[in-house]
Amino acid sequence: MTMHSGAYRFAVNVTPRPGILDPQGRAVEQSLPHLGVSGVSGVRVGRRVELNVAAADESAARAIVDRLAGELLSNPLIEAFEVELLSSPGAPGPG
Amino acid sequence: MRIGVVVFPGSNCDADTMHGLRVAGAEPVELWHETADLQGAAAVVLPGGFAYGDYLRAGAIARFSPVMRAVAEFAGRGGMVLGICNGFQVLAEAGLVPGALLRNRSLRFAGREVSIAAQTADSPFTLGVPLGRPLRMPIAHGEGCYYADEATLDELDRTGRVLFRYVDADGRVAVDPDDPANPNGSVRAIAGVANRAGNVAGLMPHPERAAELLLGSDDGLLILRALVESAAAQPTSGRPSAVIVG
Repeated sequence: MTMHSGAYRFAVNVTPRPGILDPQGRAVEQSLPHLGVSGVSGVRVGRRVELNVAAADESAARAIVDRLAGELLSNPLIEAFEVELLSSPGAPGPG
Repeated sequence: MRIGVVVFPGSNCDADTMHGLRVAGAEPVELWHETADLQGAAAVVLPGGFAYGDYLRAGAIARFSPVMRAVAEFAGRGGMVLGICNGFQVLAEAGLVPGALLRNRSLRFAGREVSIAAQTADSPFTLGVPLGRPLRMPIAHGEGCYYADEATLDELDRTGRVLFRYVDADGRVAVDPDDPANPNGSVRAIAGVANRAGNVAGLMPHPERAAELLLGSDDGLLILRALVESAAAQPTSGRPSAVIVG
């Protein structure tokens, strides 16, 4: 575990938008019977990006992350994203 | 007729594209991704490959390179820009052509010869290309499944901006995404589209890999020639880029 003093640590979770074909998710779902698992559906495969942001306060840090998430980390035509604050400056994060 | 070919780290069709353009009668010039100088090119081609390793999403990082700022400005002035394969993905990520390229429906990288057919005679990118005739050329991509929402697709159809569709050997459009003639599951079998102004186009198959009979087909030469001849006919052709965007 690392402490990033002076920086906010965020996770950006990117997932395919509802209705967008997700062949990865479908392939995972189709493999489940081979594991002897049933009753699992709606598998969607996305991407998680974690990053540190040095900023004056949390809302300034979030503004930076929101911009990155919308312009670079996701393609809004096909993907949705959620921003999650993992830790604040000085406070040890969960992992 | 000078035509710029952009080279990103990870481009791998740049030399083939330059050769194909030479066969089509143009004088190709390399444009390194860190330059914003288009060297007076009358048109720009973004070639295939894996720009910036295709990290995040194909084309996502290439979009922010200095050369793309210059290409966007050039396109805004009406300059012709053609993105082939990975170049199409870069243009889509940059919002210079509509839609997005998703992972192939099969989840497999598709590298084989396909047939496409021109859908409109009113585009500079299909100048002299026989309408509806199957053109044979290779594809080589893992993310080529064209997607756009229904409203965008309807608008593309209505305004004649679907330039090419995947067809079978008889020229029948492979609308069913599971049709073997539709190699990646593209919606409405779309293989190539243009922007609203008509001067920027993305194309998934590789015309430069089918530009000489030695390669098994020279159908791709029709598309390269359309670009060269249309660029030559443009009023702004040959003039150096005069506008610099900071």
